[in-house]
Amino acid sequence: MEKRAIFSNRFLPLALIAPQILITLVFFYWPAIQAVWQSFLIEDAFGLSTEFVWFENYQLLFTKAHYFRTFTTTMLFSFLVAFLSLTISLLLAVQADKSIKGAGVYRTLLIWPYAVAPAVAGVLWIFMLNPSLGMIAKAMRSAGIDWNPLLNGGDAMTLVVIASVWKQISYNFLFFLAGLQAIPKSVIEAAAIDGAGSARRFWTIIFPLLSPTTFFLVVVNIVYAFFDTLGVIDSMTQGGPAKATETLVYRVFADGRLGSDLGGSAAQSVILMFIVVGLTAIQFKYIERKVEY
Amino acid sequence: MASITLRNVDKVYAGGVQAVRNVSLDVADGELVVLVGPSGCGKSTLLRMIAGLESITGGEIRIGERRVNELEPAERDIAMVFQNYALYPHMTVFDNLAYGLRNRGVPRAEIDRRVDEAARLLEIEPFLARKPRALSGGQRQRVAMGRAIVREPQAFLFDEPLSNLDAKLRNQMRIEIRQLQRRLGTTSVYVTHDQLEAMTLADLLVVMNKGEVEQVGPPLDVYERPASVFVAGFIGAPAMNLIEAKAVNGRLTAGSGALDLPAPAGVDTVRVGVRPEHLHFGSADGAGLTLGLTVDAIEPVGAETYLHGHLDGSPRTTLIVRVAGKSLIPPGTRIDTHAAAGDVHLFDIATGKRLPD
Amino acid sequence: MIERSHLGNVLAHLILIIGVVIICFPVYVAVIGSTHDATTIANGNMPLVPGGHFLENYYRILFEGTKSTTREPVATMLLNSLIMAMMIAVGKIAISLLSAYAIVYFRFRFRMVAFWVIFITLMLPVEVRIYPTYKVIADLHMLDTYTGLTLPLIASATATLLFRQFFMTVPDELVEASKIDGAGPVKFFFDTLLPLSRTTMAALFVILFIYGWNQYLWPILITTRDDMQTIVIGIKKMLAVVDALTEWQLVMATAVLAMLPPVVVVVAMQNLFIKGLTETEK
Repeated sequence: MEKRAIFSNRFLPLALIAPQILITLVFFYWPAIQAVWQSFLIEDAFGLSTEFVWFENYQLLFTKAHYFRTFTTTMLFSFLVAFLSLTISLLLAVQADKSIKGAGVYRTLLIWPYAVAPAVAGVLWIFMLNPSLGMIAKAMRSAGIDWNPLLNGGDAMTLVVIASVWKQISYNFLFFLAGLQAIPKSVIEAAAIDGAGSARRFWTIIFPLLSPTTFFLVVVNIVYAFFDTLGVIDSMTQGGPAKATETLVYRVFADGRLGSDLGGSAAQSVILMFIVVGLTAIQFKYIERKVEY
Repeated sequence: MASITLRNVDKVYAGGVQAVRNVSLDVADGELVVLVGPSGCGKSTLLRMIAGLESITGGEIRIGERRVNELEPAERDIAMVFQNYALYPHMTVFDNLAYGLRNRGVPRAEIDRRVDEAARLLEIEPFLARKPRALSGGQRQRVAMGRAIVREPQAFLFDEPLSNLDAKLRNQMRIEIRQLQRRLGTTSVYVTHDQLEAMTLADLLVVMNKGEVEQVGPPLDVYERPASVFVAGFIGAPAMNLIEAKAVNGRLTAGSGALDLPAPAGVDTVRVGVRPEHLHFGSADGAGLTLGLTVDAIEPVGAETYLHGHLDGSPRTTLIVRVAGKSLIPPGTRIDTHAAAGDVHLFDIATGKRLPD
Repeated sequence: MIERSHLGNVLAHLILIIGVVIICFPVYVAVIGSTHDATTIANGNMPLVPGGHFLENYYRILFEGTKSTTREPVATMLLNSLIMAMMIAVGKIAISLLSAYAIVYFRFRFRMVAFWVIFITLMLPVEVRIYPTYKVIADLHMLDTYTGLTLPLIASATATLLFRQFFMTVPDELVEASKIDGAGPVKFFFDTLLPLSRTTMAALFVILFIYGWNQYLWPILITTRDDMQTIVIGIKKMLAVVDALTEWQLVMATAVLAMLPPVVVVVAMQNLFIKGLTETEK
């Protein structure tokens, strides 16, 4: 789509677009190219010489067992976060859509966690789930549940999943609610006249019509779990115990901070880049479909 | 005020599509010229070329004595009324009217005077402090006109300004535009696809088709002597009856003799045109046109009635007869009609051009 | 509308109330925690009603800071967060407006190249280019500066695409009317396009302010000096000691202060927030 009415000017548009292009080149492209270049280099132990090694860094990465573990950890974490936050927010959105009294108040009370920083969300939940002083941890202990996220990897995973899900519910809730409100009431009424009960109406009419929203949110939630939860993990578990909560992004962050293996860290970044490209491509397929729709 | 002159104007788009072909036109000072034609005929493109919103691929446009081909729209000293009005939604009516004047550095007192005057003329004084979205369609239309008037330009350009209004308001605004243009005496070019609007507004009518000018003339001349089959079919409602006829023994005939008319010398096949209101009951004497038809349906519209039928012996040649008042003829009736020789138009079958009388 | 049973309505309210309680409970506990003293919290018996140390805790954290960890008072951190969030939001809006204007309203060489150069940045989030970007900032001597903190986050395709999308809905006739009214590209931008973009800008501002305020990874890398810390980083550093030494009442007070500005923005400008959120994601 193009505008019919435009201005003709030779230098003004270049001046207008220059700031963004400049920042983009310096802070996006140059570092990204550097990452790709570095991923092909190995530095000796003293940092005196570097050698171009093609894909050796990548090979090294995939021969390491704990890199695979990070991969599976990321998949598990992303699945749990996406599934739980989508399910809970869909349940809440369906209730709020039932044009009951006070729906606006519920909306206000449910959407604000979007504004809470991931790291702060982590701190809030730690305070309640800290094994020595958290009030929920204490309640669990008195109920006979063994809870120790500092030692138990499964507990630690539960911890980061809870905080990440809590923060993402508001976002999903808003989009589900908008999606539900966009479904024409006449379609639902027609289904009711056709004799479909409330539950049947949901699964045969509402849920299929909501599928574009759901699909979009699945992609967004996976991106969220991959990248935006770094603050949650860093404030709650630092990837521990024994790397049980270390995701791909957290690993790049942590490995690079130690500053030892630049090539390996760069190779991990490049793999992440491919994942983002893949996710973005899926998202755009969705947008295309929506345009046709 | 100024005249507008177009000489061999062409518009070819980058893709090679020719939107306007070799148009020449003279608009006298103070005249209202209407460009009319079906959508895609190039009339809007031509108007936008005069405004400077589209570049001119070939030929020359002059406003007054000035060649304006290379001038920016603002430098051409024209004002334009858009189909969707294009009012600045975030400005009040007053600011909408004043904007162009402020940009030209007109002193404030003068701006106030001109805006007040235009507002009084258009009866929009009560709305000067409002934003466009608080106005009705008709009021927005007036504001759009006001924005053109305050500029006191060399020429007004109207791009289908009434097509967003409902039928009743459209008729009323049409008359107002006509009166206003007479009063101000500003040279105007007006684009519309509505032939009735074109007929009633124009001093000079320009009928366009496929990027070319089909005919230029005063509206009634165009109506009475259409230069081509296209013009004959486009101007006038219901449209002119057009029947293909053959010359046999010095008479033109069609539909196994149901059509009968003296043939001009040297004519073989021809398209015969006659307006629905020129067909009267009964047969013609030898000089005029006789048409025998069978009525298929009647359409009473109140003051008059349209008889829809087909030429005898040629069911696919549909015809319309316009009868004053009510008609009690039932469908299925065979009737004879005739038209005076002066009301019959003949067009070349190949070129569609009018044959010399 | 389909009639709903009384029971169905009660059930809907019940589910929503449970949802609201789960969503709000952690923050309630944080607020309560910020009003008690260290010992009450440390022995694990904190009650669910406010304690009497509200003023003391907030005064200490705002103007003195914690004893052992971050040292810097939270007031400084709040100021840093505010500056960062404002610079990111305003900067992003400004450069995106300009670039979108250039792309939509002009034809120039490399226009499509420029568009794609901007567009592809969608695929390069800061997380995948952490250390090389850090190195660029270090080489430009921008560590521990507000410029270094904000500049790399200012360019984004999302805002440019949003403005582009909005500009496409502005009728062509407004440009043409402006041209006839004697306004050039600069005048059209300021007199017409900018006022029309106000709502879009405001909605974007809400989203970007939150985005900027909540930044974590980038400030933690770029700031080394305590007086350059943002509040989100500050909280994390308060935790990073042996568990027993964490002054939880102060951490909670800081958490409340860190949440307050963005939450107030979201709640007070709810409609703009929702508009911004749904439109930037299209």
